[in-house]
Amino acid sequence: MTLPKHGVFMLGRLVQVSKNYRSVIRACMEDMHQAAVSARDPALHSQYSTQVSILSAMELIWNLCEILFVEAAVAGPLLLRLLDWVRLHVCDVDNMVREVLSSENPSKHELFWNVVDVFVLQGRMDEARHLLSKEASANPTSVNMCRILDDLMKKMPVPSLGNTQTLTEMELKWQHWHEECQRYLQDGTFASNSHMESICKILLGDENAILEKKELMTTWYHFLVTRLLYSHPTVKPMELRFYAQSSMDLFLGGESSPEPLDTILMAAFEFELHQVIKECSIALSNWWFVAHLTDLLDHCKLLQSHNLYFGSNMREFLLLEYASGLFSHYSLWQLGVDYFDHCPEYGRVYLELHIERIPLNTEQKALKVLRICEQRQMHEQVRSICKIMAMKALRNNRLGSALSWSIRAKDAAFATLISDRFLKDYCEKGCFSDLDLIDNLGPSMLLSDRLTFLGKYREFHRLYGEKRFSEAAKLLLMLMTAHIAPCSFWMTLLTDALPLLEQKEVIFSAEQTYELMRCLEDLTAGKSDKQKFQDDDVETMKVEMLRLALARNLARVIVKEGTLEGS
Amino acid sequence: MGAPAALQACPSSLDNRISIWSVGDLGNVGLNGEYQGEPQLLCDIRHNGDVMDMQFLDQERIVVASSTGNVTIFRHHQNNQTLSANQRWEKAHYHVDRDASCGGAACTGVICSNPEIVTVGEDGRINLFRADQKDAVRTIDNADSSTLHAVTFLRTTEILTVNSIGQLKIWDLRQQRNEPSQIFSLTGDRVPLHCVDRHPNQQHIVATGGQDGMLSIWDIRQGTMPVSLLNAHEAEMWEVHFHPSNPDHLFTCSEDGSLWHWDTSTSVSEKPSFLHQGGRSTTYFSHNTINQSVVSAWLSNDPTKDRMEITNLIPNQTLSVNSLDILGPCLVYGTDAEAIYVNRHLFA
Repeated sequence: MTLPKHGVFMLGRLVQVSKNYRSVIRACMEDMHQAAVSARDPALHSQYSTQVSILSAMELIWNLCEILFVEAAVAGPLLLRLLDWVRLHVCDVDNMVREVLSSENPSKHELFWNVVDVFVLQGRMDEARHLLSKEASANPTSVNMCRILDDLMKKMPVPSLGNTQTLTEMELKWQHWHEECQRYLQDGTFASNSHMESICKILLGDENAILEKKELMTTWYHFLVTRLLYSHPTVKPMELRFYAQSSMDLFLGGESSPEPLDTILMAAFEFELHQVIKECSIALSNWWFVAHLTDLLDHCKLLQSHNLYFGSNMREFLLLEYASGLFSHYSLWQLGVDYFDHCPEYGRVYLELHIERIPLNTEQKALKVLRICEQRQMHEQVRSICKIMAMKALRNNRLGSALSWSIRAKDAAFATLISDRFLKDYCEKGCFSDLDLIDNLGPSMLLSDRLTFLGKYREFHRLYGEKRFSEAAKLLLMLMTAHIAPCSFWMTLLTDALPLLEQKEVIFSAEQTYELMRCLEDLTAGKSDKQKFQDDDVETMKVEMLRLALARNLARVIVKEGTLEGS
Repeated sequence: MGAPAALQACPSSLDNRISIWSVGDLGNVGLNGEYQGEPQLLCDIRHNGDVMDMQFLDQERIVVASSTGNVTIFRHHQNNQTLSANQRWEKAHYHVDRDASCGGAACTGVICSNPEIVTVGEDGRINLFRADQKDAVRTIDNADSSTLHAVTFLRTTEILTVNSIGQLKIWDLRQQRNEPSQIFSLTGDRVPLHCVDRHPNQQHIVATGGQDGMLSIWDIRQGTMPVSLLNAHEAEMWEVHFHPSNPDHLFTCSEDGSLWHWDTSTSVSEKPSFLHQGGRSTTYFSHNTINQSVVSAWLSNDPTKDRMEITNLIPNQTLSVNSLDILGPCLVYGTDAEAIYVNRHLFA
């Protein structure tokens, strides 16, 4: 596994990211622990406690993966990191340690030797030596033995962090030290003190001696690390697999079967990444863990990009699953968007499908969704969402809102629909509703022809109301001649012209009157004979009245215009 | 805003809650005045529907506008640190059929002037309530054909509303007719307006924020169009607030995740000395400059002469900043990332 040139820098960042994930898990654990402690309902308490242990297991697994996979290329002995891992996570013994250390006479405490054993098992030599010195000062007879043991512990070669020694040097030193320990044991130096003798055996890596301390280690992976510490301290990552299974077998001893956590850790030790992910997916009820871990491992270039059946790779598959889950939450869907953005193959498609299905209970939420769509040029979805909102508004009789949504989507068809609704209302009620909207359409009037007509028609009414008849007349005519008005409305417009024609003063010029007559003829000619037959009396009377009014106006205006010319 | 407490509405797990937090005097102050200690949750209570807006009615009572159309007054009992629902107007805002199960319309804005409460909603309705009175004092149905997004008091009997077709309207509540007394609108496209606030001292100056993130300053004494349009955010401006005691400072927050501090205090560079020394004007200032200096910097039309300092107060912006509030040196804002931020040293 090789990293590109900028690899070291990148690696540092990836390790930092991994640590961030772990601190987040720990923070959740803290919060959950607080909640468990303060919960008064016992069922709730046990639920929270279960959550704490699950989170703890998650952090354990993640930490191991970080050591084995993410940090793998970093120089630094594997064993030291594994020791840290064990020390951090196997804390069942912490209480006992605290108890002994804080007592007045630690060496007299009944659990004294247990604590020394714990330190030795975890490779905490300095602390073990410190306790031994207490024993030496308290018990003069064992001073000699303590000194020798202390010396052995002090001299124990550990793989160093800086590369001050080569591997061969280290192994030579270790071999030498191992032999020295062997000699002391065989000489019977520690024969009179069984505790110290067993410690010496542990130092020699005697498996049985280590296994005797099962309760102090509590887990098979602790056993594994201790075993490695005292028999193969220079172990390399790839060699772990040889020791892992046997450690678990020896530790469990056929008494109990491995639990899901054990299977996952075993897979990690054996460097079966896919197995780790698979086991975690099965064991955990939430995609969060696997999705993020896989993503991290993918960034470390550790996952082979063998395609799954449906074309995307493992990382993307898991992220898509996780993000889809987020979309069903009423506020976390916004995070889901970011996840989809980072799925190059199917992210966009998934986003398009999910975003249209977010329930839009308030306009504010709809606006947030729209903003997300617009930022990603998802025009289809913008149109569809605006249409949904506009329809809702229309159904609730909020014509202004409906128009506002059509403007956002630049949906001319819908704007036409709204205008027709206004016009229908006008025809039925004889007056305009929502004047504040129609009077203030502004440039949005141009969105659709029907909307323009609506605005202009209202303007006509306003002009008429303000008694600016000639302007009103001009506008009215223009609406018909410029074909802004829909044909269905012409009759209404012509009827609106009647009062203008009936005014004392002549308003329409001859030119204009001819135009009006032409419009009327166009309208009636357009009707088939059958329609004319079906027209009721009111219709025919209207037409007749119009014809009469137009003719009368024409007569008057000819006279008027003729007279002016004459003088 | 009362004692050093911040009000927050946050959706958490399954339900929405109203929470009261204490941002006490303990703790360290970080580099940019950010409060380092955690705000402590004092009490909270479940709320039905999204919290669209809320305001303190007095030291103890809070009025909350819900997406279900309800308007509720909650009381904060400071002796035992609990919250209780004091009064509720069910379906204060509704579409067509009030009794239908989904008939409620979101109440989008609420403004209080003890004991009066004015609410507006997606149904285009304006309600005037009085605390402790069961029925609405006055309701203007169909006040607007589009959604009313925000409301604020102009004078004690007049309110300002903004709607989703870009109009700013003044309503006189003394008059019985259901028409606005004045309508202002933006030039050009009718971009929806989302928020409105009035200058605390000079009541003719009004600021509004739009869906395109534009900040508009209006002088309602003159004209029907804004005095200045300032290109601000890249997305909807959700809230705009003049600082109540330092009105040369304005704050806006937006969907694009930023919170801007607009500072015009530097532009009114020379305050006429007669304002400080009681009475005598110096010959240093001509008549014109005196008038000009007294006029608010917000209405100034000369961008070259007056420098406005604009700062984004959020270093790493991610999700939308939905709401903010300011009092004295304290700024509080909430984001879509389910976080509230408190800055207690705004002018440090």
